[in-house]
Amino acid sequence: MNMTEATKTQMNKAQAVERLDQTPVEVRPAKPNDYLSQNHPVWCPGCGHFFVLRALTKALAWLNRPPEELAMITGIGCSSRLPAYLSSYGFHGVHGRALAVAAGLKMARPDLTVLVAGGDGDGYSIGGNHFLHACRRNMDMTYLVMDNEVYGMTKGQPSPTSDPDWHSKLAPHGTGITAFNPLGVALAAGASFIARGFSGDPKGLTKLISDGIEHKGFSVIEIKSPCVTFRPEQKAWQKQMRPLNIEPTPNKLEAAQAIHASDGFDTGIFYQADQPVYAPASEATHSLDEIEQELVL
Amino acid sequence: MTATALIPAPIPADHRLSVSISGAGGAGAVTVGLILLEAFGKAGFYGAMTRSFGPQIRGGESAVFLNLSDQPIETLPEATDLHLALDWKNFMRFADEIPLTSDTQIFYDDSREKPPQGVVDSGADCTPLPLMTTLKQIQGGRINMLGLGVIAQRLGLADTHIEQALQKTLGRKGEEAVRLSMETVRLGQTLVEAAKPSPLQNWQPTDKPRWHLSGNEACAIGALRGGLKLAAAYPITPATDIVEYLAPRIEKRGGQVLIAEDELAAMNMVIGGSFGGQPSMTATSGPGLALMTEAMGLAVASETPALVITVMRGGPSTGIPTKSEQSDLNQILYGLHGEAPHIVVAPLNVSESVPVTQWALGLAERLQTLVILATDQHLGQSRLICDPSPFEDMAETRGLTRLLAHPNDPADYHRYALTDSGISPLTQPGMEHGAYTADGLEHTETGLPSSSASDHSAQTEKRARKLTEFDYGDDWATYLPASKSKRLIITWGSSFEACKQAVARHNAEAKKDEQFSLLGLRLLMPLQSNTLRQLCKGQQVFVVEQNASGQLFHYLLSEQALPKSSQSIARSGPILFTPGELASTLRRLTKEGK
Ligand SMILES: Cc1ncc(C[n+]2csc(CCOP(=O)(O)OP(=O)(O)O)c2C)c(N)n1
Ligand code: SF4
Ligand SMILES: [Mg+2]
Repeated sequence: MNMTEATKTQMNKAQAVERLDQTPVEVRPAKPNDYLSQNHPVWCPGCGHFFVLRALTKALAWLNRPPEELAMITGIGCSSRLPAYLSSYGFHGVHGRALAVAAGLKMARPDLTVLVAGGDGDGYSIGGNHFLHACRRNMDMTYLVMDNEVYGMTKGQPSPTSDPDWHSKLAPHGTGITAFNPLGVALAAGASFIARGFSGDPKGLTKLISDGIEHKGFSVIEIKSPCVTFRPEQKAWQKQMRPLNIEPTPNKLEAAQAIHASDGFDTGIFYQADQPVYAPASEATHSLDEIEQELVL
Repeated sequence: MTATALIPAPIPADHRLSVSISGAGGAGAVTVGLILLEAFGKAGFYGAMTRSFGPQIRGGESAVFLNLSDQPIETLPEATDLHLALDWKNFMRFADEIPLTSDTQIFYDDSREKPPQGVVDSGADCTPLPLMTTLKQIQGGRINMLGLGVIAQRLGLADTHIEQALQKTLGRKGEEAVRLSMETVRLGQTLVEAAKPSPLQNWQPTDKPRWHLSGNEACAIGALRGGLKLAAAYPITPATDIVEYLAPRIEKRGGQVLIAEDELAAMNMVIGGSFGGQPSMTATSGPGLALMTEAMGLAVASETPALVITVMRGGPSTGIPTKSEQSDLNQILYGLHGEAPHIVVAPLNVSESVPVTQWALGLAERLQTLVILATDQHLGQSRLICDPSPFEDMAETRGLTRLLAHPNDPADYHRYALTDSGISPLTQPGMEHGAYTADGLEHTETGLPSSSASDHSAQTEKRARKLTEFDYGDDWATYLPASKSKRLIITWGSSFEACKQAVARHNAEAKKDEQFSLLGLRLLMPLQSNTLRQLCKGQQVFVVEQNASGQLFHYLLSEQALPKSSQSIARSGPILFTPGELASTLRRLTKEGK
């Protein structure tokens, strides 16, 4: 389904709702810019993260979610600067812990659309444990990882997704360590929506993000987003990245095959399935008094 | 939480009684303790019970110590009146904790080991009983229930109260289990004579309702009273029971427990839940608190309300997980990097853990800050029969609740606005004109990251001011003055009750000008230094605490809250101060002072 078809389905859905429910609803003018704040990004000119921000605002406009019902949670890194550039609620926390903040928020406020974003360092290195457990919990939220295979903010150190032979100040001979496979790990750990996107593919990325948000469960979207300053060679990604030529599958074996067969340049949804979503009910059923009665001798 | 009160008269010897029970793994010493405590409660009395375990995860030797009275009592027994040894296996592991004297009556099973030399040396009266032999008369009977019968008979405890306690403690195992246990208890009663006169002869039972709970449970109840909606935690001894107690109950109040993958996650989850507008907390102990420090700083910087309960144990590193020490004060006060003003409170005993926890959560909500509540293994895991904690709606009576701003125009909404009180307008997701980004980076008034010196100094000052300007009323301490005293004991947390008993005992015998006053600090940060300084004027001050280096003493000195002549009385755990030990210290100090 390409983007225009998707938009049509979306619009049909909206009209159907209107016809069923005759009460006129206040329709917000959902334009991408409505989701932008006044703040100008600190990113280097040409940084891939700009295009992620753009695709995100487009997806949000398309989904027509009121900004105040969205919360964007991030950690630390160039990518994690994102919340300040949105008109939604945001939390810019500490390095690597965005998924934990988001889990607490979603528990407390299941009504909100919870978005999480960050870099490859933030998510796969310092926050690796939370990544595993967020996949496993499969709470209904969307995680955008802006992967530039480098620690951009701290000026160019190798990250878990850097190729083993990438030379840097910190690893003059390369790390010699096999790169982390985020999609494979997400699948094994239990995420229910697993995709790869590319910041240089605005249409495809917008679609992936909105599909991810609409999906019920934990959606992992690994977004290749070049760091033009410390990994200028990543500009070549523009020519290398290509759409995945298969349909999303709910079959873990097929998904694993596609993920491990990929050279890392395919974009699209590798896996999407209905899986139990962690969302405990929270209705008060007892008074404090009733609880304290247990203490009485 | 009492602010100023009289030092209570010491409980007379004929109104208190201490019992201890020990046994190998599986012998069931702890169960006997629990039933005995409950039975004394049913009989209209009060009591406190602590337990001690060997190093095994499960099934190792264990011992319980009960201090019983017809008056509220919260200290550990100093001398055991009656000890039941179900066996002598590894008994000497508890030698430091079970205070045997020549007045102690010991009953033990005659079929196994003889009493160890240390026990014989104490001069205690050791009476062998045919426990194992008698047990053969009753199919499926257990030795601990036989022992319970022995104790009940000796003390003159009525069958109805034992039966009720059995029902409460073993009821979930079914009627048959309760019946069999009671039958075994009755058999045990035939093995000894009742003590004459009965140690309970002068006790006045009360028919007032009373509570039976642990300090950790008290914290959980206090948090629920404060409106807690999210508890995120990673298990750690001795704090786990707080969250385990909460799990089924917070649900009934419309909240949730979130099982975190580690303490880093737990603290960040608390921040997330609270950012969403729900009162949130975690519970941990020293090692977990160490992992939480970065995110605790985030709560401070982003001004997100958060309650952290830390139940101290012996440290450093993994230390002594199952035993008590007040040695994490430095960590609690100074553990965060940067200028990170936060609130530190500590209940002075088990029963006030209820209102103090509620207060702590309320302060976090009202002041949009991190509150660390410190208790320790002793307070947390002691069980108590006490008067119920009267309910107070602190949102109503003290305004301790989260105040939300309702901006009409997003352009005018400044999340971190510099206000007189230092408390900035707070919104929460879902509010139409209130969107903002909470940030751990230093920020402008609107929340935009900023490294400018003026923003940094203004925000740093604001975050400190909102805590120092707040009126904590009388709750910052409990002060027990002796009218003409020139000597003052300052202490905190679990050392308080022992100090209270010691001072009561000392003052009852000392001349008026040789008596001591006592101050238990409940609000450790921000320290009420001025008030404290006033109070210390003209007094010889002694700071009592359960750690090796005198952490509270050095803190109070550095805040210039104490006269220079003040002295530290510090001793490391895990053996707690006893009133007797402290009373003799007070006697020595009065002599030296002359
Ligand atoms: C606890 C902690 N350790 C280290 C840092 C330093 N640090 C800041 S951002 C960063 C890496 C960011 O890389 P990534 O998440 O890939 O984001 P990018 O900048 O590449 O978008 C590091 C190591 C920190 N802020 N906090
Ligand atoms: S350093 Fe790299 S990742 Fe960071 S803003 Fe510049 S280009 Fe983007
Ligand atoms: Mg990166």
